Amino acid sequence: MSVGSAILKLATAALGVAAVAFIMAEPGGHLDIPQQKWSFDGFFGSYDRTDLRHGFQVYSEVCSGCHSMNLESYRNLEEIGFTPDEVAAIAAKVQVQNEDPNDQGEMFERPGKASDHFKAPFPNEQAARAANNGALPPDMSLLAKSRAGKGFGGYNGADYIYALMHGYSEPPADVKLNPGMNYNKYFKGHQIGMPQPLQDNSVTFADGAPATLDEEAKAIATFLTWVSESNLEQRKHTGLKAMLFLVAFTLLAYAAKRKVWKHVH
Amino acid sequence: MKVSSRCLGPFAVGACEATIAKGMYYMADQAHAAPESGSAGGTRREFLYLMTASAGAFGVASVVWPFVSSLNPSKDVLALASTEYDFGAVQPGEGVTIKWQGKPLFIRRRTPEEIAKAKEADPTVDPKDPTKVIANPAGLRDPQTDAARVQKAEWLVLVGVCTHLGCTPQGEKSSEMRGEFGGYYCPCHGSQYDTSGRIRKGPAPLNLAVPPYTFTSDTKVKVG
Amino acid sequence: MSKHFNNPVIRWIDHRLPVFSYLDHEANEYPTPKNLNYWWNFGSLAGFMLIAMIATGLFLAMQYTPHVSLAFNSVERIMRDVNYGWLLRYLHMNGASMFFIVVYIHIFRGLYFGSYKAPRELLWQIGVVILLLMMATAFMGYVLPWGQMSFWGATVITNLFSAIPVVGDKIVTLLWGGFSVDNPTLNRFFALHFLLPFVILGVVILHIIALHRFGSNNPIGIDTKGKQDTIPFHPYYTTKDVFGLGIFLLFYAFWVFYFPNALGDPDNYIPANPLSTPEHIVPEWYFLPFYAILRSIPNKLAGVLAMGAAIVVLFFLPWLDRSPVRSGTFRPVFKWFFWMLVFDCAMLMFIGKNPPDWFWQPFAFHVTPSEELVAAAHVPDADSLWSVTFAGGTLGIRILFLGQLATIFYFAYFLIVLPLLSIFETPKRLPLSISEPVLKGGGHAVAHANSKPMEKA
Repeated sequence: MSVGSAILKLATAALGVAAVAFIMAEPGGHLDIPQQKWSFDGFFGSYDRTDLRHGFQVYSEVCSGCHSMNLESYRNLEEIGFTPDEVAAIAAKVQVQNEDPNDQGEMFERPGKASDHFKAPFPNEQAARAANNGALPPDMSLLAKSRAGKGFGGYNGADYIYALMHGYSEPPADVKLNPGMNYNKYFKGHQIGMPQPLQDNSVTFADGAPATLDEEAKAIATFLTWVSESNLEQRKHTGLKAMLFLVAFTLLAYAAKRKVWKHVH
Repeated sequence: MKVSSRCLGPFAVGACEATIAKGMYYMADQAHAAPESGSAGGTRREFLYLMTASAGAFGVASVVWPFVSSLNPSKDVLALASTEYDFGAVQPGEGVTIKWQGKPLFIRRRTPEEIAKAKEADPTVDPKDPTKVIANPAGLRDPQTDAARVQKAEWLVLVGVCTHLGCTPQGEKSSEMRGEFGGYYCPCHGSQYDTSGRIRKGPAPLNLAVPPYTFTSDTKVKVG
Repeated sequence: MSKHFNNPVIRWIDHRLPVFSYLDHEANEYPTPKNLNYWWNFGSLAGFMLIAMIATGLFLAMQYTPHVSLAFNSVERIMRDVNYGWLLRYLHMNGASMFFIVVYIHIFRGLYFGSYKAPRELLWQIGVVILLLMMATAFMGYVLPWGQMSFWGATVITNLFSAIPVVGDKIVTLLWGGFSVDNPTLNRFFALHFLLPFVILGVVILHIIALHRFGSNNPIGIDTKGKQDTIPFHPYYTTKDVFGLGIFLLFYAFWVFYFPNALGDPDNYIPANPLSTPEHIVPEWYFLPFYAILRSIPNKLAGVLAMGAAIVVLFFLPWLDRSPVRSGTFRPVFKWFFWMLVFDCAMLMFIGKNPPDWFWQPFAFHVTPSEELVAAAHVPDADSLWSVTFAGGTLGIRILFLGQLATIFYFAYFLIVLPLLSIFETPKRLPLSISEPVLKGGGHAVAHANSKPMEKA
């Protein structure tokens, strides 16, 4: 191929790659969510167990008052480091409705078991809205995955949650808040129904670690990411094994191919 | 002289015999061996193909495993593998049926008469090896002592599935039929069990199964 | 031509059902051009992906529940509770993207090397049928998790059929099984999504049979003349395909294990809510070019027809491009236009992703909402802005306008450029055969005055 045609192809390929990068990038109007370093980032990332336990405390003491987490079960907490007995105790603290009625045909409540899903704070959407000024606090089971930035290499859900926790302030002079709303720099439209949920020492961590807003935000962001994506550690671990195997296999296959083709080339 | 790889394995065709023979002839005759077709080159090549094919087979097997594993009980099913039950309200002579792993589970509170009747029919077993039966005066089809089937004599915990063809025997409630032996009666084909859940009459081959269980308190039992 | 197998069991079976003879013939005797390059690997990769998608899909179907109240949670149960469920799901989800990447490259290979020309016209058209079936399968599959994008994407695309005059609304009601996308729609999409891949499998078999009638095309587009130009498929292309598969699997594994959600939309992790529309309804990346073409025409019916025409035009390609030269290697002007088409399709993808009334500011590497430029230009509304504007301080081109330019070029390539090139292009000199340039150590052998005239396709 001639130099000119090679350059043309290379230029087109480069433009194509740029186009693809653009495709993957989020359309304009984004909120400049700053990206943090997370323990679960990268090819070898994993969840920091301390952050997870702190995060669970933040969820159960602050967030669970309004936010459900319907897809998570108490038994999942064993992955964070709770023993089965501790998990049973955490579950037993709540009263949940039994699946079947009693022999008189009435539904009744019983203490929670490890196999139960996390109890929701409200029985249905209407009750949740009524208690929250018409706004529906979203379920947190997949919050971290659903709030990720679109595209490749952008911010992830943890970055968004962390930023949101830090984003509360008095509104600037030219912004008029609608009734019941709060100003948040990182929320789309800047008016969010949720009042600031976390401040310094909103919780007292069980292990005595300082509970600054920053630590609490980091903890809840990590915990919510774990809730959304508990397969992360197994996935990256399996990925490493798969990639190593595939590299070895591809090298072998290449050598075999060259050997077979030697006389033809 | 290369031996085509298609001449290996079960799909080799008749024409390959000549090729393989020629290859062997060349391998034997070092003096005429061209550098490419020397025995070392030939076996190295075959080794490479074997390695690649083996790696591929290993890869395929490691991919198949997750598919098969996904058919095994999932974590939410396993979480329901054990059930805890509070039997405080059960009266002597009465029983309850609860659901365990999708099957009926009988929990019966036995009266002293029922316990005595069960012990009467016990076979004699070797004290050193309780599974070895020395004498079986009651003619039990599946000889077991009553003691081997309960942890606390008062409480009988059994899987309520008839060992014949899987129906649910009657007898938990005192209002139901209990058969000649005061235990359980299966309405499907007439199997009759005694107060220890042992098969005494009818087509069932084995005693009612005893699930793994522990008493977590005086009034609670955890099954599974 | 039945061979004499050594193994007696195989001989017994083959005598009654000659599957082994057939496979032996296809693998060992079927003559393949010896000069195929790596662009020819993508057909076997597509076949591999079809099997991978059927396998993962089957095992997912064992755990999925196609009911509006249960679908989303059943997918999450697969992700959380089923052993290796996350792997099955991510393999299937990213596998769809991989399948389209491989098939698009396979199609562009065909476009460049003239694989659609005689006598392979039907082979090409069967391929277009496979593409259509894949698009239908992928569209319905995306609805199944019942997330926000699943629901709203289904709503938008099924609503397009209302553009059909007279019977449009009745057809949409028939498709929905109700008055909106709801449980009947989900259930039938599941049934069809399960069925179509097996239809694709059947059409792929036809595709391969059609291929084997005349054999593969090759990079220089010159027919094979005899044994000196061909090699048996096995072991040459089997080993080359296995190597190519290894490289491809590395690429696939990269997405599955490390960036499993990068090619998807985070909004689909929100359960479908018919009362709340997401801000940007965007299909998966592989539909973006067609979405762009759809939106570039303001009229609903015309937009739908244009989107359909974008694929239908491919059916007619063998008769639009009548150049006697097959391969782009020897068509210098065609080459320019081909790469412009590649770039055009990439641009269409970019355009499909973005809202049509926003502005691409190329020198700011930014796509800007029209509200910002309306404020900067002090005009009353977005419609008052010109399609090419400097309002934001740098060049801004309205996405809709860009899309219209890109759509015009797309159709112009097939309907104007190719027919004209067939008449007016002067190709480079063609070699006499596949073997000749290789024997002479590369470069093109020039046809001699007293030899056969220029090779015709």
